[in-house]
Amino acid sequence: MFGKLTWGAIPFDQPIPLFAGAIVIVVIVGVLAFITIKGWIPYLWSEWVTSVDHKHIGIMYVTLAAVMLIRGFIDAIMMRSQQAIAFQSQGYLPPEHYNQIFSAHGTIMIFFVAMPFVIGLMNFVLPLQLGVRDVAFPTLNSVSFWLTATGVLLVNISLVVGEFSKTGWLPFPPLSELAYSPGVGVDYYLWGVQIAGVGTLMTGVNFVTTILKIHAPGMTYMRMPVFCWTSLATNLLIVAAFPVLTATLAMLTLDRYLGFHFFTNEAGGNVMMFMNLIWIWGHPEVYILVLPAFGVFSEVVSTFSRKPLFGYRSMVMATMAICIIAYTVWLHHFFTMGAGPNVNAVFGIASMIIAVPTGVKIFNWLFTMYGGRIVYATPMLWSVGFMVTFVIGGLTGVLVAVVPADFMLHNSLFQVAHFHNVIIGGVLFGMFAGYTYWFPKAFGFRLHEGWGKAAFWCWFIGFYLAFMPLYVVGLMGMTRRMQHYDVPEWRPWLLVAELGAVVVLAGILCQVAQLVVSIRHREELRDVTGDPWMGRSLEWSTASPPPAFNFAVLPVVEDRDDYWRRQRLAERGLGPTAEPVYKAIEMPRNSPTGFICAFFASFGGFGMIWQIWWLVIVAIVGAFATFVVFAWRDRTEYEIPAEEVARIDRANRRARGEAVANAEALT
Amino acid sequence: MTAFQAGAGYSDGRREEARRPAAIALDHSDPESKRIIVGFGFWIFLLSDIIMFSAFFATYAVLSGETAGGPSGKDLFDLHNVAIETACLLLSSFTCGLAAIGARAHNGLMYYGGMAATGVLGLGFLAIEIHEFVGLIAQGAGPTRSAFLSAFFTLVGCHGVHVTLGILWLLTMIAQVFAKGYRADILRRVLCFALFWHTLDIIWVAIFTVVYLFGAGA
Repeated sequence: MFGKLTWGAIPFDQPIPLFAGAIVIVVIVGVLAFITIKGWIPYLWSEWVTSVDHKHIGIMYVTLAAVMLIRGFIDAIMMRSQQAIAFQSQGYLPPEHYNQIFSAHGTIMIFFVAMPFVIGLMNFVLPLQLGVRDVAFPTLNSVSFWLTATGVLLVNISLVVGEFSKTGWLPFPPLSELAYSPGVGVDYYLWGVQIAGVGTLMTGVNFVTTILKIHAPGMTYMRMPVFCWTSLATNLLIVAAFPVLTATLAMLTLDRYLGFHFFTNEAGGNVMMFMNLIWIWGHPEVYILVLPAFGVFSEVVSTFSRKPLFGYRSMVMATMAICIIAYTVWLHHFFTMGAGPNVNAVFGIASMIIAVPTGVKIFNWLFTMYGGRIVYATPMLWSVGFMVTFVIGGLTGVLVAVVPADFMLHNSLFQVAHFHNVIIGGVLFGMFAGYTYWFPKAFGFRLHEGWGKAAFWCWFIGFYLAFMPLYVVGLMGMTRRMQHYDVPEWRPWLLVAELGAVVVLAGILCQVAQLVVSIRHREELRDVTGDPWMGRSLEWSTASPPPAFNFAVLPVVEDRDDYWRRQRLAERGLGPTAEPVYKAIEMPRNSPTGFICAFFASFGGFGMIWQIWWLVIVAIVGAFATFVVFAWRDRTEYEIPAEEVARIDRANRRARGEAVANAEALT
Repeated sequence: MTAFQAGAGYSDGRREEARRPAAIALDHSDPESKRIIVGFGFWIFLLSDIIMFSAFFATYAVLSGETAGGPSGKDLFDLHNVAIETACLLLSSFTCGLAAIGARAHNGLMYYGGMAATGVLGLGFLAIEIHEFVGLIAQGAGPTRSAFLSAFFTLVGCHGVHVTLGILWLLTMIAQVFAKGYRADILRRVLCFALFWHTLDIIWVAIFTVVYLFGAGA
């Protein structure tokens, strides 16, 4: 009846997961009870759960990422504590638990923090920057989000029901094969990541179509903000790389479930083929994550330097160059495989070459700042912190692209330090910059600057304390993923790293405090005009938060940084001020398709993990029925009447007019 | 698949018929018509699907010699059956094209006839493929026998699963036109279905060549 699922799956004998799981369940039940008592369920259902509005979906993605960041960070600080304690002793985490924690940490941070954060920001920002009203396929967008949420759910269920994978954030065979990992841990990984990955692939298709096909009039490709360009590159990489992940995970699944021989040691299976396939996805993946961050920095640096971005065309060229070269470097993850000097040399050189367009970008940001009137608001702090940190990460990256050096450093903590250096210093700092930068656009009030700066300094210092020592112990020969060790020389560095993790924790607490303080003081922090930073691109021409239709009348774009140009003209009393002719707007109707689909996907995934076949069949039939019902809808859009559009837009025009008048009165 | 064709959210109230060619020439960055957007998006999806198949092709290429002492393609493949399969599928692409033209022309005979023929030919293809798979497993050459057979069953089976899903989609498209008529959004779905079906043909041509012809000749 319940396949492999028995009461034995609940870890009654292990206090840590049991306790953590109990807390999570209490919090979830508490939040649900609170929402129910407050009577918010109808609102949440109609405005969020079933919403196909790209802004709402974007906010839900970022919220999901923030929650999972805390989960992933708890794993991280547990690992740091284990290594700080486990000198010539077993520490406090038994090996099988420690292995689950580092596997869960990597899986969660890449798939369920970095990916949803990046996709959330793109969701929120892209249509606004392109000057349009939604993405190409709004309902598909909702399906993508809820499938990602399904992946999150499955990975977190493994905390209390069964176990998680112990094979690292990528399930390398033969360890991940059934013979060596007989439990359900790898299955949780496979189904959680597979389902979320399908969601990501759909997002890629959706956004490539949006960026290439849906623009405001006059928004030619070479007038798009650089964030749109980097998003285009990212989504092209998603479309090109995620299908390979799907195929690779499917092969491992077949090995485990049906006894196939893709990656087994027997019957002709080839373990190294898994390495090739997974990194053909895996290396583009890191550029999928970092390119949108590059886009955020381009927006932030130019806005807070009060200058157009230096070298726009070279920035676009560099972005697309990275997009292509990203696909030709994967083998540097396993130079030690022994593919031979010629193969290694090709991939080593490609890995060094990809640093060139990245360097072009760094110089472009620096030259944008040069001679600018720089405002050190929080997003700008994250950007400058990124430039310093990312250069170090990039240089160590070029170092390990040197094949002989890689032979020495492979699988050491030097690698761990390197990729955290680029992912925290690049992706995460970029996401935090974007979060602070676009928060007022999403919610109508700014985030508190003082707490934001405190968070930045804690993260910045904490990062250096936590990861610079790992470079050192890596060079001293410490391999990654060690549950305990006996070398006294490593100990002091690992204690410093632990201290760094604690400082990062302080940074996260500052961010929570920042959110709470900002919500409490939202009236003082209110963004009345919709343009709190003197922005340059079209999203700042809307109210904060923007109305459901984004633009009452589609903007006609005549130049790069078109909104900035118009604002400066308006300040001098030039440019059109007459009210446009308002027309009724058709918008896509909300749909529960995404949520229901994810509901069936969750049960289907759970059924596959525990081999409860009837549940799988029910889920597949249910998902198919959902699509048929969706296809049968007769009304797909609703109309916002012209008077309503006019009322909303006039309010924003009035607020902006008053702000300009106030500014003139001050001068 | 249907979520895909949910229709572009972008709608400025203009119908695609109303677009003047002059406007396109003046400013090609104008919002495109829904038909263009849906078709373009679906092509992007199909490209991603082709990339997934390319991973399976690459795997097959690596593992095709790894027979672990078991049978190789030369021992197993029956080109006679494969020829009939290929004929079924190529013919079904033709009838699918007729159905698509019929849908655009609102011609019921052409649409329903074309779709029914496509479905029957697709089922015929599937029947031969299943017969082949069952036969292989019966003679001890199932996917667990060797890495070569794992890769073979996965690559060819993945195409077979696509054909199965395609037939399910085909049935819902017949039902949709029957229940709702030739509505613009349903015609867009017919367009996507046709693209999907033709893509399966392209992939089959590659399978036919790489797996069966190379395998039987090796």
